[in-house]
Amino acid sequence: MYRLTINGVAHQVDAPSDMPLLWAIRDIVGLTGTKFGCGVAQCGACTVHLDGQAARSCSVTVAESAGKKITTIEGLSPQGSHPLQKAWVAEDVPQCGYCQPGQIMAAAALLAHKPKPSDADITEAMTNICRCGCYSRIRKAIHTAANGIA
Amino acid sequence: MQRSHFLTSGAALVVAVHAPVRALAATGSPSASGAAKLSPSAWLRIDEHDVVTVVLGKSEMGQGVNTSLPMIVAEELEYPVERMHVVFAPPDPAFKDPFLGGQQTGGSTSVKSTFEPLRTAGARAREMLVAAAAKRWNVAAAECTARNGTVVHAASHRSARYGELVADAAALPVPEKPALKPREAWTVIGKGRKRLDTLAKATGKAQYGIDVRLPGMLIATIAKTPSMTGHVLGYDAAAAKKVKGVRAVVPVSSGIAVVADNYWSAQQGKNALNARFAAGPKPPSTAHIAADARALVKTEGAVGRNDGDAARAIAGAAKTVSATYEAPYLAHTTMEPMNATAHVTRAGVEVWAPTQSQELAQSVIAKIAGVKPEQVTLHTTFLGGGFGRRLEVDYIQDAVEIAKAVRVPVKVVWSREDDIQHDFYRPAATTAMSAGLDANGKIAGMKSTLVCQSIVKRALPALFKNGLDPLAGFGLADVQYTIPNFHYSYHHQETGIPVGFWRAPYSNANAWSTESFIDELAHAAGRDPYAFRQDHLPPGTRARTVLDLAATTAGWSTPLPKGVFRGIAFATWDDSMIATVAEISMNGKTPHVRRLVSAVDVGTIVNPLSLEAQVTSAMLYGLSAALTQKVTFTNGAVDQHNFYDYTVLRQDAVPLMTVVFVPSTEKPSGAGEIGTPPVAPAVTNAIFAATGKRIRSLPISDTFA
Repeated sequence: MYRLTINGVAHQVDAPSDMPLLWAIRDIVGLTGTKFGCGVAQCGACTVHLDGQAARSCSVTVAESAGKKITTIEGLSPQGSHPLQKAWVAEDVPQCGYCQPGQIMAAAALLAHKPKPSDADITEAMTNICRCGCYSRIRKAIHTAANGIA
Repeated sequence: MQRSHFLTSGAALVVAVHAPVRALAATGSPSASGAAKLSPSAWLRIDEHDVVTVVLGKSEMGQGVNTSLPMIVAEELEYPVERMHVVFAPPDPAFKDPFLGGQQTGGSTSVKSTFEPLRTAGARAREMLVAAAAKRWNVAAAECTARNGTVVHAASHRSARYGELVADAAALPVPEKPALKPREAWTVIGKGRKRLDTLAKATGKAQYGIDVRLPGMLIATIAKTPSMTGHVLGYDAAAAKKVKGVRAVVPVSSGIAVVADNYWSAQQGKNALNARFAAGPKPPSTAHIAADARALVKTEGAVGRNDGDAARAIAGAAKTVSATYEAPYLAHTTMEPMNATAHVTRAGVEVWAPTQSQELAQSVIAKIAGVKPEQVTLHTTFLGGGFGRRLEVDYIQDAVEIAKAVRVPVKVVWSREDDIQHDFYRPAATTAMSAGLDANGKIAGMKSTLVCQSIVKRALPALFKNGLDPLAGFGLADVQYTIPNFHYSYHHQETGIPVGFWRAPYSNANAWSTESFIDELAHAAGRDPYAFRQDHLPPGTRARTVLDLAATTAGWSTPLPKGVFRGIAFATWDDSMIATVAEISMNGKTPHVRRLVSAVDVGTIVNPLSLEAQVTSAMLYGLSAALTQKVTFTNGAVDQHNFYDYTVLRQDAVPLMTVVFVPSTEKPSGAGEIGTPPVAPAVTNAIFAATGKRIRSLPISDTFA
């Protein structure tokens, strides 16, 4: 049993110690906003925050996550009112949308540390894959959120 | 339409344009059953509570149909798009796509196939609502106007909401040919509109197939037979069952399924199976396939086009050029891995799936479960990407086979490795081209021979005739350049590898070989690559217009900074046309694509925002493939595994992109795929300009390795 604090709510999770956090979040706790894309920390679809840092939850175990503050897309803002979510709407970012929770969580961690990121900062921090190729609008939306326009 | 075609059910009256009302049983409908309804098409219903629902007979896989198709309805219905409800349609003949021959989403036909039916549906409803109001107020219909969900009689200051008129309107005859708004009066079509689903996607609330959760549901993964021609030799079910959370081990057509409480346990169980497989008879290997293709391409195939006498024209030409091009197998790698959820009961089968093929899925599900198609309930979810991969239903087959065995709801989830190693691949293509230039540097004759495994032969066998796949020549046989003597022949190559539709099928490889070769001819003729293309595309043609627009937008004639080079390419996909200019620089030995400019002609544009998104999306999809992607086979099995060895372009490699549209009043053609084909040749032509190195084998990274 592991005690996982997800979006401020404590969950007792019966899982083997090596289970990736992703599957505890999706299959046990039942929050499906965090996506599975590759399972090997390549694509970033599963990005969550662990104590405020972006983490690829497919490659962090339940045991490593216990005792940390876990935030998923559902916990970023209940109504979608986070500046990035507003910017995503304003800039019409998603296409299929599957990678977007991970993109937004990666961007949110970036803005938390660098409220006004440069293009180079965005390139360095945003390594998540988008197969629809929404990258240009993702970049634009991060600037929009950072500038408080949306 | 005659009154006798009306279908009545209780108080609600429903009118169908294409087919009966089964389509109206769409799941997740916000329209309460029993409420009065006006439904002049399976795609549209309006209830007495003013709920306007578009029943989306196309899958939403990122292309924006859940915004653009409601826009088409809204234009005629005079109802705000943002207030419309959109539900995904169940399988129903009413949603059959006339271009695809079934209820499918693919071939860039979503707008093309629905533009007239959806305008007509909206206009019919509007005219019926206006007629109902006019009758109620005892005034002439011509004195009433419909706007923003309300019918107004200005002279008497009377108005009624659509919901208030639905019951009366539904009793009126359906106008056969409603008056469609003239183009000049359009206020919705052609105006950029942001997507309606962004907030759902930005908050994690949009439900994809992989997000389906049902009471008592188990999760399955499959140890899939690695070789395309292989079979299972043995496995240790007992060991798998010892893993905590594993509930069952089920042999299925594609391998051995492990069913568990969650994905991780299922994966652990799969590892514990210690499954052993045979490669099977004649397991395909890329090396052998390529060697066979190189031999085959030297011989003439089934002739698909023969204008004049190409051989003679080439033999008598002032200058001749020949080259052979090789494009690799490619995987789709949608962001959402393949998955489906099924529940098989005595009453029938219920399936939830991110699918592009409702009709095919319904028949396959029924066959596996041993039920009638009408006992199949299929819920289409959001699709985390499609690109043609989800036209196939193999992942649904997996789910139903497992669910049939375990009799509880089961969601099968493929790993990324399963996804890359068990795709229906973009077939490899080997193309031999030769041509002769006359004394004026014009193409006197051209001969092209294509070796490429037919997708049609498997997927649409009735269309494969006399050795010809009618789609295989897309972007090659339908060449737009003025070439008096032209010969195209085709060899289907049987390989044992499953091949499928991948964004802009055939054209995605053919445009590269054609446009590389045109570039080689320009070089041989001593002409600028853009000028040489102009020489062979008559002014006034659609092709010439997009070519000129791309070149002008990119500033073709203006000097570039030192170390930057341009390439140009033209391509077609079905009725759509595109030209792309690439700007590259060399980072040491590696090409860096810094800018892509495309001009497209897709006929009438419904939503310019989604069109731009689609074209840039398709361009980057093509760029990823051109730069690094290839799937290879050894002993029947795929050599690549995941995004670390089948790489995808990321934020750091995205070029500056510009897309411009040719204004058009022609019928809409397709937009979702046209961006892909021109990118590879535009980039490889730019690399030639930069380095003098002609790339005749993709991906580009193989040349610069």
